[in-house]
Amino acid sequence: MGLLDAKISNHNVLVTSVDNVLNWARLSSLWPMGFGLACCAIEMMATNASNYDLERFGIFPRSSPRQSDLMIVAGTVTMKMAERVIRLYEQMPEPRYVLSMGSCSNCGGPYWKHGYHVLKGVDRIIPVDVYVPGCPPRPEALIGGLMKVQELIRMEQIGISRVEALKKLEEKNIDPGQLIEDARKGAMAS
Amino acid sequence: MGESQESVSRSQEVEAALALWEIVHAAFPDAVSALDENPFMPFFEVQQTERWREIALFLRDDPKLRCNYMACLSGVDYPEEGKLGIVCNLESVGVHAHKIAVKVYCDREDGVIPSVARVWKTADWHEREAFDMYGMTFSGHPDLRRILCPEDWTGYPLRKDYVVQESYHGIKVPN
Repeated sequence: MGLLDAKISNHNVLVTSVDNVLNWARLSSLWPMGFGLACCAIEMMATNASNYDLERFGIFPRSSPRQSDLMIVAGTVTMKMAERVIRLYEQMPEPRYVLSMGSCSNCGGPYWKHGYHVLKGVDRIIPVDVYVPGCPPRPEALIGGLMKVQELIRMEQIGISRVEALKKLEEKNIDPGQLIEDARKGAMAS
Repeated sequence: MGESQESVSRSQEVEAALALWEIVHAAFPDAVSALDENPFMPFFEVQQTERWREIALFLRDDPKLRCNYMACLSGVDYPEEGKLGIVCNLESVGVHAHKIAVKVYCDREDGVIPSVARVWKTADWHEREAFDMYGMTFSGHPDLRRILCPEDWTGYPLRKDYVVQESYHGIKVPN
């Protein structure tokens, strides 16, 4: 996390920036809204349950949009539901994040061509921060997406917009292949 | 029946359905078609749609029939014949070991079928679904509203000639 890793020896005095503290607090207690739309919701529930235990990330579903920071759109968004999703999104307080989980909410998924009743991507109605591909995505993938949201929050600063934070995140983009390679080399060397 | 002597390879289900149909046909000789001995789903057609509720009550209440359970009611579109229809799967649970399907038709435009929602509870929501997807009206239904699509949806999606609407409440529908 970068904040608690440091050894605190100086009479509990810790020098850091306000941005750091705020971001750390926010990304360590991301509260998603507890709602699921289709089969992805089953994976989301499995991720919340004890095997994958999202609470170790401080992620805990809330029953009200007014208490939530994050909306996980888990499943097929029908035209009937689309208006309700907009209403729920509008009820969430800023700063709010949206994670689109699974092919259906990313782009309509299997209903892309013949689904007369399916919204072809939830980003047609609300802004999406992170897309998690899969049909449905495994819990590991959802956790990966949630960690991306955390990274995005870490890039934020007082006075800079979400767009700028996203740009910073892109600049910082780490190649996962390189990361694995480095870890492997490190393990072989030791 | 003369022809029933020839085909001996009927399954037990079809035999039971045939016995059931004979009773119904005796009671409503004009309104009921011959039995189609489909091995998977033996069925007969109701030729006088306006008598469907009467036949339904007979199917449910006659001591030899006792079709006390409607397993399913599905809508069907027949664009070539200019018709819509429903298929009802009826069973007698715990009384007789028989089941049968009944087909009822109506016109494609402004078609009306008598509702059997008060005969079998299953029919309540299933008729609403058939109305939602195909657009036939069920006369005498206690609460005939769309069940799946939004209230203000235009068109009936499962008709063969359905065209997807361009936008719904300002949201683009097609890809």
